Amino acid sequence: MSTLLEVSGVSVSFDGFKAINNLSFQIGKAEMRAIIGPNGAGKTTFMDIVTGKTRPDEGRVIWGDKSVSLLKMSEAQIARAGVGRKFQRPTVFEDQTVFDNLLLALKKDRGPLPVLFYRRSAEDVDKVHALAEEIGLTDQLDRKSGELSHGQKQWLEIGMLLAQEPQLLLVDEPAAGMTPEEREHTTAILVEAAKTRAVVVVEHDMEFVRRLNCKVTVLHEGSVLAEGSLDHVTSNKDVIDVYLGR
Amino acid sequence: MTDRSLFAKNPSVLIFLACLGMFTLGVTVFSEAFGSGLISTSFVKTLGKTLCLCLIALAMDLVWGYTGILSLGHFAFFGIGGYMIGMWLMYERTRDIIVTSMAGQEIPPTESEITAAIGNQIFGVVGSSEFPAIWAFSHSLTLQLILVVAVPGLLALVFGWLAFRSRVTGVYLSILTQAMTLALALYLFQNDSGLRGNNGLSGLQNLPGLDEVPQSVVSVWFLWASAAALGLGYVFSAWVVSGKFGSVLRGIRDDEARVRFLGYSVEAYKLFIFTITAVIAGIAGALYYPQAGIINPAEIAPIASIYLAVWVAIGGRGRLYGAVIGAAFVSLVSSWFTGGQVPSIPLGFYTIDWVDWWLVLLGFSFVMVTLFAPRGIGGLFDLWTGHMAPARHGQDLGPDAGSLQEQEADQ
Repeated sequence: MSTLLEVSGVSVSFDGFKAINNLSFQIGKAEMRAIIGPNGAGKTTFMDIVTGKTRPDEGRVIWGDKSVSLLKMSEAQIARAGVGRKFQRPTVFEDQTVFDNLLLALKKDRGPLPVLFYRRSAEDVDKVHALAEEIGLTDQLDRKSGELSHGQKQWLEIGMLLAQEPQLLLVDEPAAGMTPEEREHTTAILVEAAKTRAVVVVEHDMEFVRRLNCKVTVLHEGSVLAEGSLDHVTSNKDVIDVYLGR
Repeated sequence: MTDRSLFAKNPSVLIFLACLGMFTLGVTVFSEAFGSGLISTSFVKTLGKTLCLCLIALAMDLVWGYTGILSLGHFAFFGIGGYMIGMWLMYERTRDIIVTSMAGQEIPPTESEITAAIGNQIFGVVGSSEFPAIWAFSHSLTLQLILVVAVPGLLALVFGWLAFRSRVTGVYLSILTQAMTLALALYLFQNDSGLRGNNGLSGLQNLPGLDEVPQSVVSVWFLWASAAALGLGYVFSAWVVSGKFGSVLRGIRDDEARVRFLGYSVEAYKLFIFTITAVIAGIAGALYYPQAGIINPAEIAPIASIYLAVWVAIGGRGRLYGAVIGAAFVSLVSSWFTGGQVPSIPLGFYTIDWVDWWLVLLGFSFVMVTLFAPRGIGGLFDLWTGHMAPARHGQDLGPDAGSLQEQEADQ
């Protein structure tokens, strides 16, 4: 399987604290991966580095078939290159309707002028409706997204991610604060998405990770502690010591 | 759900245009020049100027209310627009006077003599008679009209590029825009700035070559022009904010980082809206100052831009008609209070004289609006629209599956 994203030897420190320490990580083109680790293991910082929010002190981040470095690109350029990110706290545009949120995320020319002269085509409207169907928000399209429940906002954000048609989805704690049924639905959406693209899920909840049924990477103190199936890593002595044992 | 026309999506645009048209017609009918004379020429000018202030308030609403950039520098662009048109007005009119007065001489004056005489006339007040380089185009109306748009636009482009590229946001950006405004005002106050220092440009109400047209007529012409500009500006603003572009702008206001991670270049959008609103402000200024008759650097002082923010906040930011209402209401009430027409309130031990106390009242209203009515005067319209039935035919009436269906609710 060819590699989509390769992170090698990356380190970053904040005021002397090494948040990421010589981290290496790779993921293939259609693969689901869960990242687990205790608080402060560097999970969110890892996402910040890949999406361009944080610049690493050293190391390389190589992307795609053409092996371009993501380190020289701005957040917006990285997003256009095909990296989509979902934040821990649901961040949708609460003042705007679900429809507008999804339309904003649809993969289209992002320049100011094309956007200024943009007119909705029937095709785009159909796409939005298909996405809404997928995330179960068809009835909510005309509502302001600020009125949605917490779980619905999480789905909307996942829907916006899918609308971007990214090659890599970075999802930070998608199931936080969801009811069991909502979790199941979320799992289904992510598993479906991973059939055609790479999905990286950061999660605390072991049950949720088990349901994703994928390879797991355990982070600890900014580097990879173990990698493999969930059963494999949970039986690893180091992992038990630093994470599960506590 | 494909796109409907702009007017179908925003019925308020048509209502606004109708009100504006009726207002203009009404003033024309009651003006001294074309009607009964109920409205004095000076009040026609006040109304025309108010329309220009409404136009710059629209620009402020685009940049602040919709994009969340609290610019305290838009009056600088307004002033620059005024200076640009003022240069031509002053040059041409002085030239007319000079040519007329020299026509009686036995030897016809040469072109360079005329130019020297104009320079002497205009710049004598600052102890100079040379034309500074920035007056190079002042002989041409076309070129100065281009500058009305180009100078504010370029200044905003350069300033915005520097500020947004370094990701200066929030209150720091406001301070930066204010510093720009102050620097510009201080520069213009200097006599050797080339724009007559603190004297500014004057006599702008006289249109060159139209001496025989009375001011009562000119004032109505400018009222029409200002109304037309405001109408066009309103339609343009409504178009900008109604589509996907407006969606991006509001996204930037509410969560800049999220927009960036969606792949939109936030800086490019900010720069775009900052520049376009500076151009609108320049046009508004170019229409305002011929009605005011005089422009000087004090007009550009930061306090003017702060007033602008107050108007938009009181009117209701984030909605176009709110900005217009705020600018019109506050500036008209302000000229009523500061004009000494409001009776003082004797308290026995102290008399409240509104000329002095108006600013206190304005400041108090601003604080009250911010605290208790963040949607401003424009928010009053929500009281009305809130009572109209929602268009949810055939669907749930409420948000949850257990809510009444439409048929059930009708029973």
